[in-house]
Amino acid sequence: MDWAALWLSMRLAGWTVAILLPVSVLMGRALAYRQFRAKGLVEALVMLPLVLPPTVFGFYLLVAFGRNSPIGDLWQSLFGHQLVFTFQGLVVASVIFNLPFAIQPAQRGFEAIPVEVREAASCSGMSPFASLWKIELPLAWPGLMTAMVLTFAHTLGEFGIVLMVGGSIPGETKTIAIAIYDRVQGFDDRGAATMSAVLVAISLFTIAVTYWLSARVGRRLS
Amino acid sequence: MALEVMAQATRPIPLDIAFRVEPGELLALVGHSGSGKTTLLRCIAGLWRPECARVVVNGAIWLDTIAKIDLPTHRRRVGIVFQNYALFPHMTAVRNVMAAMDAPDRAEAERTLDLVNLHGLADRKPAQLSGGQQQRVALARALARRPQALLLDEPFSAVDRATREKLYGEIIDLRRHLAMPVVLVTHDMNEAQLLADRMVVIEQGRVVRTGTTAEVMSDPEALRAMGIREIAAMLPAIIAEHGVDGLSRLDAPTGPLFLPQVEGAPGTRVRVRIMAHEVILSRVRPEGLSAQNIIAGTIARIVPGVGPGAMVHIDVAGHEILARITRRAADQMALVPGDTVHAIVKSMSVARDHVARAPSTMKTG
Repeated sequence: MDWAALWLSMRLAGWTVAILLPVSVLMGRALAYRQFRAKGLVEALVMLPLVLPPTVFGFYLLVAFGRNSPIGDLWQSLFGHQLVFTFQGLVVASVIFNLPFAIQPAQRGFEAIPVEVREAASCSGMSPFASLWKIELPLAWPGLMTAMVLTFAHTLGEFGIVLMVGGSIPGETKTIAIAIYDRVQGFDDRGAATMSAVLVAISLFTIAVTYWLSARVGRRLS
Repeated sequence: MALEVMAQATRPIPLDIAFRVEPGELLALVGHSGSGKTTLLRCIAGLWRPECARVVVNGAIWLDTIAKIDLPTHRRRVGIVFQNYALFPHMTAVRNVMAAMDAPDRAEAERTLDLVNLHGLADRKPAQLSGGQQQRVALARALARRPQALLLDEPFSAVDRATREKLYGEIIDLRRHLAMPVVLVTHDMNEAQLLADRMVVIEQGRVVRTGTTAEVMSDPEALRAMGIREIAAMLPAIIAEHGVDGLSRLDAPTGPLFLPQVEGAPGTRVRVRIMAHEVILSRVRPEGLSAQNIIAGTIARIVPGVGPGAMVHIDVAGHEILARITRRAADQMALVPGDTVHAIVKSMSVARDHVARAPSTMKTG
């Protein structure tokens, strides 16, 4: 059992969720409430990682983040090391790759709030921030919860893109999914089986917790 | 502390309307759906901004498109009751009320719920309340904002008739506590006549008529769009006794009125809406007639309509009864102002919801 790889995967998933939670609130809310010309385009861009092969996506990220790319150079000058083949690079890739899993459910969550309820909030004297905090977040919570759990579980299982932008550096970019692949390649079926079982258990547990929580929230609202 | 509103727009509907509501006054904006009345309420609340508009409340400018002043909704002291109530579904009734308070205070929120006759339901969620109860929570929430203008958007349209009649009475009672201008949007002329002091009739985004409720409700021109059959007079009365046969006797300045079972204990002051097209006129006091109410009065004026009808205004002890009869009948009877006539009102022609409790300050003559 490669505990270091599991811990790395958990950290990666944790960071991805932490970064995507505010992003999904802001983007999901804007896409749910506003009508603007480029809305269809933005929605399509957000959905793109869902249909692109991870290798294609990973290739473009490598090009965008790598040496001699503007982003890669900027990162190098700011932090003194490159972005690709590091944990930070993995987090950035993971955040972008998980956009559809985070924003879509969040957007649905905000869309489910009747427009009069939001209007009633401002007529009750609530500023946009107070309305978000007291009315919209509690009501959109099931959607946000789904978004975060999907993101977490999906990050644990992601393989192709991690391999492309991360490589397989132990303790830095070697996630549990990559470790399992390595074990299979090395004919260590027992190790692969153990780690696979652990991953299945964790994924099942997170999804079960979401269902339980959203059922609870559902009861609270009705 | 008056509310002054002027709004002009070409979208989403053409609109050119101005009106003024005095403090403590209830103004009804009446018109068909799509006439622009709800849009106007949204303009007062800051939920919609027309191309050219001015909203002044209590001397403070909320919106002035020329001076480029536009207070955001949450900074306008406005209380609004939405058509479908729009309560916060995840909060209990008392929390809904507290959400609109400057300094949330549970005891005061409960007092506000008591004010709208919602006792003992403070900890229920909206989904556990009936339509009428939700409506009361929405009203309590609007009042908790300490509004300088109270806006009611078709607030009775989503409840059943019995609840609606009860709510009319409660709104009338509540008005003693309301010092701010109140705007009621409705397409129900009965509701407007029972509740409003003044009315603005809107047709396709324009004001057709503004006036006191009595003026508007007796004017066929004003009511052409809403239906001439809505024309009615309103008589004050006091419930005298409930008969064993189901008829109630009311004392009106025009004499006794017999109506089908009226809600309320003897001594309760009410107002009775008498539909003009239900009234029959007779030169002599008729005998052997089934109608229970025969009221003698003097013709004040006769207004011929553009069609076959004529409106006869009859003065009875300082109150007015309206009779819409044909011009032919008026000619045949040779009616002229000053003549004495007998107005015949069938008991059964007065619907239950055409009787409402009178405001406690109202004189009954």
